[in-house]
Amino acid sequence: MELAALSPRRFARRFATGIDGPLLALASLLVGIGLLTLYSAAYEYPARMTAQLVNLAVGFAAMWVMAQIPPQTLMRFAVPAYALGLLLLIGVALFGDIVNGARRWLHVGVTRIQPSEMMKIAMPLMLAWYFHRHESTLRATDFVVSGLLLAIPVLLIARQPDLGTAILVSAAGGFVIFFAGLSWRVIAGLGVLGGAALFPLWGLLHDYQRRRVLTLLDPSSDPLGAGYHIIQSTIAVGSGGITGKGWLQGTQAQLEFIPERHTDFIFAVFSEEFGLLGNMVLLVLYALLIGRGLMIAANAPTFFSRLLAAAITLIFFTYAFVNMGMVSGILPVVGVPLPFISYGGTALATLFVGIGILMSIHKHRKLVQT
Amino acid sequence: MRLAELKNHERELYYFQLRIGVAGAAVLIAFAILFVRFAWLQVLQHDYYRTKAEDNRISVVPIAPNRGLILDRNGVVLARNYSAYTLEIMPAKVRDLDNTIAELGEIVEIQTKDRNRFRKLLGETRNAESLPIRTRLSDEEVARFAANRYRFPGVEIRARLFRQYPYGDTASHVIGYIGRINEKDQERLEELDVAANYRGTDFIGKSGVEGSYQSELHGTTGFEQVEIDAGGRGIRTLSRTPAQPGNNITLTIDIKLQEIAEQAFGERRGALVAIEPDTGSVLAFISKPGFDPNLFVDGIDPQSWAELNNSPDRPLNNRAIAGVYPPGSTFKPFMALAALESGKRNPRSTISDPGYFEFGGRRFRDSKPGGHGSVDLYKSIVVSSDTYYYQLANDMGIDAISAFMKRFGLGQKTGIDLDGEAIGVLPSPEWKQRRFRKPEQQKWYAGETISIGIGQGYNAYTPVQLAQAIATLAANGAMYKPRLVSHVDDLRNGERRYVEPQLVRNLGLKPEHIEFVKNAMAGVNKEGTGARSFASAQYTSGGKTGTAQVIGMKQNEKYDEKKIAERHRDHSLFVVFAPVENPKIALMTIVENGGFGARAAAPISRIVLDYWLLGKVPDSPRKPVPEDDAEAGD
Repeated sequence: MELAALSPRRFARRFATGIDGPLLALASLLVGIGLLTLYSAAYEYPARMTAQLVNLAVGFAAMWVMAQIPPQTLMRFAVPAYALGLLLLIGVALFGDIVNGARRWLHVGVTRIQPSEMMKIAMPLMLAWYFHRHESTLRATDFVVSGLLLAIPVLLIARQPDLGTAILVSAAGGFVIFFAGLSWRVIAGLGVLGGAALFPLWGLLHDYQRRRVLTLLDPSSDPLGAGYHIIQSTIAVGSGGITGKGWLQGTQAQLEFIPERHTDFIFAVFSEEFGLLGNMVLLVLYALLIGRGLMIAANAPTFFSRLLAAAITLIFFTYAFVNMGMVSGILPVVGVPLPFISYGGTALATLFVGIGILMSIHKHRKLVQT
Repeated sequence: MRLAELKNHERELYYFQLRIGVAGAAVLIAFAILFVRFAWLQVLQHDYYRTKAEDNRISVVPIAPNRGLILDRNGVVLARNYSAYTLEIMPAKVRDLDNTIAELGEIVEIQTKDRNRFRKLLGETRNAESLPIRTRLSDEEVARFAANRYRFPGVEIRARLFRQYPYGDTASHVIGYIGRINEKDQERLEELDVAANYRGTDFIGKSGVEGSYQSELHGTTGFEQVEIDAGGRGIRTLSRTPAQPGNNITLTIDIKLQEIAEQAFGERRGALVAIEPDTGSVLAFISKPGFDPNLFVDGIDPQSWAELNNSPDRPLNNRAIAGVYPPGSTFKPFMALAALESGKRNPRSTISDPGYFEFGGRRFRDSKPGGHGSVDLYKSIVVSSDTYYYQLANDMGIDAISAFMKRFGLGQKTGIDLDGEAIGVLPSPEWKQRRFRKPEQQKWYAGETISIGIGQGYNAYTPVQLAQAIATLAANGAMYKPRLVSHVDDLRNGERRYVEPQLVRNLGLKPEHIEFVKNAMAGVNKEGTGARSFASAQYTSGGKTGTAQVIGMKQNEKYDEKKIAERHRDHSLFVVFAPVENPKIALMTIVENGGFGARAAAPISRIVLDYWLLGKVPDSPRKPVPEDDAEAGD
């Protein structure tokens, strides 16, 4: 009744409460570029275009809902969300479905869910909550505990095997720990240790994962398998030149030489058709989005919201950097989509939930600390 | 205090914002690296990559290899390929699948069965490029579709090779079948690192020799480099690396013998494994009922699948390797051998058989009321005295029995070249310990040893284990691994690789002990429980009947076949080798719920031996021996 009495103007204003203009504009621009590129990449598969529009609608709705939830409320979900995610991950390890050789999906009633995806948000939420609770008495042991909270789900995800998600989740948690104030000396020590651990870690990798790393060093060693992806995507990027071949004109994309060209390798299609200038626009958009996120983090009132906002922002960065690095051949091929642009509903939903959380934190920046 | 806290907060905020600054700088550096990389590729290396992209007009098209043939030992073809047209849909390129299928139905006949199969395939295979909606199109249908092709983007006619099994359900459990590569298969191929060789291949062996020799049969995928125009259409073939056909596989099975044996089974359920004792070659391998492998070739429709899967006869279950049965009295020759080898019995000592054996206040009954009177070792086999073996088992003890039977391969996989072999149960105190959870169940009771002696109790073996055991006995203790493949022909270089007989071990049994048991088994077929089935045979043979209980009988209950539901009746077993002097064949037959071993399993064995040794083909299916003719004992 109350809503009906509102004038359209006021209704719109009410609806827009909590929506941050710059963030919305940047995300929308990226989404627009994504649709344009998807149209080109999935020219012969019109159903994908429609499906992506549905995904976007769901994404924006999720963003709006998250933007309405105050950080204090969000904090209460931290432990349950993390516990549920961990439980589901254990469930996947025991009874998961195998798709494309990896055990990632879990049947829940009629639908299948991918619990590792949910960890991308649940992990920073949990760790931010943990540090917030111990804010005044932060000690070294707290960093050890948070490290364990991070390591357990990451190992479960890496075992599936899903290296891409494992990297993103550990990055998300790692960012929280970093911003919580892990001492620089420990960070340096971990860096050295990590370098040394690469050798034993190599033995733990799956054959196909090792092949991907080796392929990066010499793509021509495997021209029909994993190397093919890298060879074809670098040709696409390189042949794009400064101005690109023009929309729908990319031969690499249109002749189907680029594999996975609507999902993980969509950047190759974009880069071929819009060239270096297009890439610069994309980099600038991402930089602005990340800048806005870091600003929100810097101005956030509570330890929890600061940590959460900073971590979420840097997840966006990780997505973008890993994906573009992989397509342009400086990082190994791991399954990480290009944020807001790659086709796929799950990743999009996660990203928009993240944007929504940032918006909510921004809106509540002036609230007195509780 | 409050001031200090506030200061602390400010400090914290300062450090946090410092780190935000560091993160921002790191982001900028990372993006700068990306920018440098892009500039390197798109400006400095642009000419190189532009040329590459322009040259990139060559599409690599895989050519699926022809699958190898499967032949019987005489070169009769059991699995072959033929070419046929299929109508295929590329699901990702079709807007409205239902509508497209409905419209296709106006041009070529599409039955509900075809639709269901298509749906099933669509559900099973992710990211499938192309799936068949109709297979085996007639020339007229091909022409009609070709005329209407423009109406159907994403639908194509393809010439494909199909597998065909000319003998239908005969030997279906040996040959197996092929089916579409599903997610599980794909995963295995990736694990084996051969997924690239399966590009262009839609089918893979799922069971039988088709499954276990998949890598031999498959061949090597070829590649064609096709130049494509700016629109992506093929202009001409630049180079062609032809596919290398898969290897032909020649089995040790004789399809004629197999057919005759399967006919002898008629509609009855059961299994038969016939082995050449001195090589381990499997001559006939039967699991009844079978199935028609042709049903699987272009993707089985859900209805036929449900019928096969839900039938109480379990036609997809390979009984010969995966069925486990108590051996019943076919166990006795091995027990006799164990008694001689361990010195617990000698051929001359006799016992008196009152028709039961008493132990711990419980009577173990003989199948012949009143017993067989005075029984020595020879007679114990010929008339199949239970009492004799109750006593023997009690004297030997479970450890000695178990250790001896293990040497014969019972309760272990034989290693036959098929997937899905069961282990069975060789009873022992250790086995019981492992098998049960509760301490009172884990204990071995001396009373349990007694029925082990007559092949009952926990004893449970696969037909192929029993066939291997009887073949080992026939070969005087030389145990060979059963094998189904005689040789593999490599069509690329004309080479033929023989699969050599594989001696597992020589049991080192005393020749006179083997001689004695073989002689007693010959007595079974001359004057004992197998005599009627082997009346006037033109060759010597040594056999042993067996009856395996399906349900337990109470202490004083009498087994009355007429009162018992068909599926609860005893299984009928028979093991035999022939000729006795120089065995050419040893076999194990089981007829599920067939009653006395002498009645159902022995006549089938006789037919197999008559054909193998004399070339005699039965003129009409043998009638089972009338009930009242069956001799006492089993």
